Amino acid sequence: MDFTDEQLERYSRHIILKNVGVEGQEKICRGRVLIIGAGGLGSPAALYLAAAGVGVIGLVDGDVVDRTNLQRQVIHFTPDLGLPKVESAAAKIRRLNPDVRVHTYHTLALAHNIAGLIKDYDFIIDATDNFPAKFLINDACVLGGKPFSHGGILRFDGQAMTYVPGAACYRCVFTAPPPKDLVPTCAQAGVLGAVAGMLGAIQAAEALKYLTGIGEMLTNRLLIFDALAMNFRTVKMRRNANCPLCGREPRITGLADEARPVCDLKNAKH
Amino acid sequence: MNIIINGQAENIAGENLSVAKLLALKNVEAPDMVSVQLGGEFVPRADFETAKLKENDTVDFLYFMGGGGGGGL
Repeated sequence: MDFTDEQLERYSRHIILKNVGVEGQEKICRGRVLIIGAGGLGSPAALYLAAAGVGVIGLVDGDVVDRTNLQRQVIHFTPDLGLPKVESAAAKIRRLNPDVRVHTYHTLALAHNIAGLIKDYDFIIDATDNFPAKFLINDACVLGGKPFSHGGILRFDGQAMTYVPGAACYRCVFTAPPPKDLVPTCAQAGVLGAVAGMLGAIQAAEALKYLTGIGEMLTNRLLIFDALAMNFRTVKMRRNANCPLCGREPRITGLADEARPVCDLKNAKH
Repeated sequence: MNIIINGQAENIAGENLSVAKLLALKNVEAPDMVSVQLGGEFVPRADFETAKLKENDTVDFLYFMGGGGGGGL
């Protein structure tokens, strides 16, 4: 890959990093990252990956931009209300960095389409807001041998872990989705907008580390942070022999959709 | 009994303490929303009553966090 003078200038602060250099920046520019969910986590992740010059960014989201999104979903602006989130996000990515090719998928990721969605990408970012999607992404990535970053936020807290083939998976930690009646409804819980930004940036950093092959991935560790105390902790873990997906006697060998909770602020208000 | 809970050294009164009892002592209201790692191994939810803690054990409560800042969150 031959960089133009403009590209050398654009990416100079990466290229100057001793672990990245021209070679690392080339890997970023050849990289393909799929972001599932163009919301609170997907917005910052997409902006940082676009700015970094990731070659292909795929965006999966079935939603349109709603006024309640604007408090934290920083890739969407007020004039975007009503637009599909993938289109709103793609427009910002193209303006930020014309080097990036954006592929949009205006759909939910479901059991019947997820394998096809992830197959052409090097790294997947789980930026979804519900457990059925999080477990489905884990299962599809483990069965398909794809690395991915899990991210979850709630109120002032966030958690992240990275899966690469051979490492502990999300089901090693959380065997199955929690009982639906215990999951706080979306409207009840709330989230500090900046917490979404913190976690989305962590997920983007994991994707860039993976593409460039530098540092230590957040594998076999769960990062937990509490933004109220501003306390960060990583809990070490290893593969769970009883994991229903990657354990000694797997019970899950295919993809299935879990029941989705009703997750609509407009309905929740009634 | 001295144990390390979520990275903090604590002294918990009582012996023969089960994971379920510890969750109750630590006011974890919804044990179904937490995954427990004891001494580096995940404790199956069905074993919360029978899995026992011993001196100097390390316990971590890992909570389900499902938000991603999408439609609702």
